[in-house]
Amino acid sequence: MNMSLKNTLKMAIKSILSNKMRTFLTMLGIIIGVFSVIVMVSMGQGATASVTQSIEGMGSNLLNITLTDRTIRFSNDNLSELSMLEGVHMLSPNINWVAPVKYGLNNEAGTSVVGVNENYMVINGYTMMTGRLINPLDIENRNKVVLLGSEVSESLFGQFNPIGESISLSGIKYTVVGVLEENENTLFGDNNNMVLVPYTTGMRQFRTNSIASITIQGTDAASIDKTQSKIETYLMTLYGTDTYRIFNQEQLLSTLNEITGVLTLLLGGIAGISLLVGGIGIMNIMLVTVSERTREIGVRKAIGARRSNILFQFLIESSVISGIGGIIGIMLGILVNRIISTAFEIPISASMQVILIAFLFSLFIGVFFGMYPANKASKLKPVDALRYE
Amino acid sequence: MILLDKVTKTYIMGEIELTVLKGISIDVREGDFFSIIGPSGSGKSTLMNILGCLDVPTSGEYYLDGQEISTYSENDLAKIRNEKIGFIFQKFNLLPKLDAFENVELPLIYRGIKSKRRKEETEIALDSVGLYDRMHHKPNELSGGQQQRVAIARALVGNPSVLLADEPTGNLDTKSGNEVLDILESLNRKGRTIIVITHDFEVADRSKTEITLRDGIIVNRKVK
Repeated sequence: MNMSLKNTLKMAIKSILSNKMRTFLTMLGIIIGVFSVIVMVSMGQGATASVTQSIEGMGSNLLNITLTDRTIRFSNDNLSELSMLEGVHMLSPNINWVAPVKYGLNNEAGTSVVGVNENYMVINGYTMMTGRLINPLDIENRNKVVLLGSEVSESLFGQFNPIGESISLSGIKYTVVGVLEENENTLFGDNNNMVLVPYTTGMRQFRTNSIASITIQGTDAASIDKTQSKIETYLMTLYGTDTYRIFNQEQLLSTLNEITGVLTLLLGGIAGISLLVGGIGIMNIMLVTVSERTREIGVRKAIGARRSNILFQFLIESSVISGIGGIIGIMLGILVNRIISTAFEIPISASMQVILIAFLFSLFIGVFFGMYPANKASKLKPVDALRYE
Repeated sequence: MILLDKVTKTYIMGEIELTVLKGISIDVREGDFFSIIGPSGSGKSTLMNILGCLDVPTSGEYYLDGQEISTYSENDLAKIRNEKIGFIFQKFNLLPKLDAFENVELPLIYRGIKSKRRKEETEIALDSVGLYDRMHHKPNELSGGQQQRVAIARALVGNPSVLLADEPTGNLDTKSGNEVLDILESLNRKGRTIIVITHDFEVADRSKTEITLRDGIIVNRKVK
């Protein structure tokens, strides 16, 4: 002898519908709660996504190796050995200097000069606006050629075509062979306010006798951790531990994701509090309902309802209120997400996961806060309940 | 079929012990029309609650269909109420938001009967009290007499061993009261065991066995 869930559900819906205004107001608490959870979390996730995107734009299959021990430096042999390692697609030295750049009367003090090889442009995903790349011959012959970042080109040459012109880097004449397309700035600084020179030329001019930093492009992002450990093994056997630092985009990404994740959680948590308040509203109204319906409970028990029947009847009532409130809140949240994304052109949308969690949480709220009133109802003695006026 | 043996009921209210039933022994046979009369305060409502398994005796034994049920658990008692007892209350006690059909159907829902059979049996029960054409009326759309007939249908629908009526005519005018009593009488004639609790001698006159309760003891027994 036990009634079916379908009948209990039907009963609950009937009694919920019999007091529409009250049900709606109770539901409103849950609607607002779920709605704000959805919107807050979506905004947090939107921020995370855009940070991730900008980092991934830099290439998540890149590794930066810097030797921290000043007594050791990469040799050309090291470079070729590293480039032969499994998972390494290509590499480029990455030597940084700062020098004044001059063209005629135009002067750019403190421009970043990067010594690179022919791979550097490809590794970083830079493209040319005009001119040619640095080629292996430039490296071998230590040609005094230079590629200009878009900003440097702009401030030195304005609208003029700089190709073939001579500029001076710390007083040495270089021929401009190409100009870079404007790049988005990354976390690592201004990619437009720099010039690229063959690393061999740069090393001679700036009296740098060895390479301390290289950029490596792995074959793909998925195996980058494996590639990193291969490189680490190579460096460790060569130089020992604590002599180098490998900078992995992936690691940076996970750190940043952690930060934005905490932020999202915080926002969601604050919104969750309003959901909790909605739950208290449910509990309040359910307590009123139970005392109003004491006699009904007595009658139901007299004709054979068990404690569990009464318990479930009220529990289902509160969870139907919170569940439907949850669904409405989710729909409102999705709608507002759409409005925000079109109005502010930020891509925010609630993930399926968030929607599911928000819905389950609202159901849980209904069950949790319905438990006490339902239990109270189910424990009423039929004799006392029937006598209740 | 119903046997009470030296049943007592004592309420403890703070420091005071109040013994409402002081050793009641009755024997209700199958097919009996059994009335319990007595003034208010005589303990007849308490007796009704115990007979209806809404309450348990403090001491004594209660056999219903041969089972001693005074030690049954809450769930067992709910099952007994559902299957063996049909209640008819003075104030009808229909659920106001359900229509006549749904009210009558309720005991069968709690029994877990499938919807198709529920519908058949509910319609039969409503038909037997002459309210087949009113089955989709809410209680407030029915007269007092009709409401009580719905309540009778609800009590009957589960085919219980005994109908327990507590002042079934107490809230009705004479005419509808008589109609209700006629229904009870005809049900009894068809073999249904009925126990009526009343302070109205006219009601008691229609019964086959009559006991009078005063201050928690039986002061008179009459078998007609």
